[in-house]
Amino acid sequence: MRIENPDSISKSPDGRPIADQPIWREQFPIDWPTDDFRSRRDFTKLLGLTSLAFVAGQIWIAFLAFRRRAARPLAALQVASREEIPVGGSKVFDYPRAGATCVLTRIAADRFVAYGQKCTHLSCPVIPKPAENCLQCPCHDGVFDLATGHPLSGPPRRPLPRLQLEVRDEGVFAVGVEEGIL
Amino acid sequence: MNLPSFARSQRLTIVAAILCFVLVLVVLQLWLLTATMDSFLGGSDAIVVPAALASLGCFALNFGLLHFFLRKLDR
Repeated sequence: MRIENPDSISKSPDGRPIADQPIWREQFPIDWPTDDFRSRRDFTKLLGLTSLAFVAGQIWIAFLAFRRRAARPLAALQVASREEIPVGGSKVFDYPRAGATCVLTRIAADRFVAYGQKCTHLSCPVIPKPAENCLQCPCHDGVFDLATGHPLSGPPRRPLPRLQLEVRDEGVFAVGVEEGIL
Repeated sequence: MNLPSFARSQRLTIVAAILCFVLVLVVLQLWLLTATMDSFLGGSDAIVVPAALASLGCFALNFGLLHFFLRKLDR
């Protein structure tokens, strides 16, 4: 707010002139008569801008969704050999890029599952617990189903990103992401 | 649209009604945005475009109401 007439301002508590006052006294003139106020017209314009911002957000999400659909298929990555992980064992790896940490778990002799390791609540790393058939997030005790990645209890509401796996003679390969964002 | 016959009290009522309507629409847009983001992060794209169109419709309605308020009524 620009103060047009400094004489109209009440004295500040320290008695110094307006030119010597810190800027926050102009911005928050709580006990001054020229207090700024939101007129109904300004508030209405703010609502209009907010509405426009929400539309921009929606368009941005649509753009991201389009880009995700148009993305090239991910390259296959050998995660482990078939003998490397025992039943009930796990291995952490990065896929499809460095820093996108995933965890592979062997839940049966012929069955592997792999998920993004970031909890869908607040991105803490989840820990597989094959004996309890779940993955657990230690931060807020979120629990996910080990077979599907869907949340079972705790704060998370979205499933873990699930990786597509192929078990070949040479080992277990990650070949794509079934659902979710890594 | 000419509105010279509205008394001040009538205009205030109309303005209050418009503001309430706009506020409800903005809250609806907020809900749409959070639901769409949640769905998108969960891996589903199905509602992204319909939600964007719905949000655009809300904005068009808001714009019309605000235009009526600022250009026609508030003069």
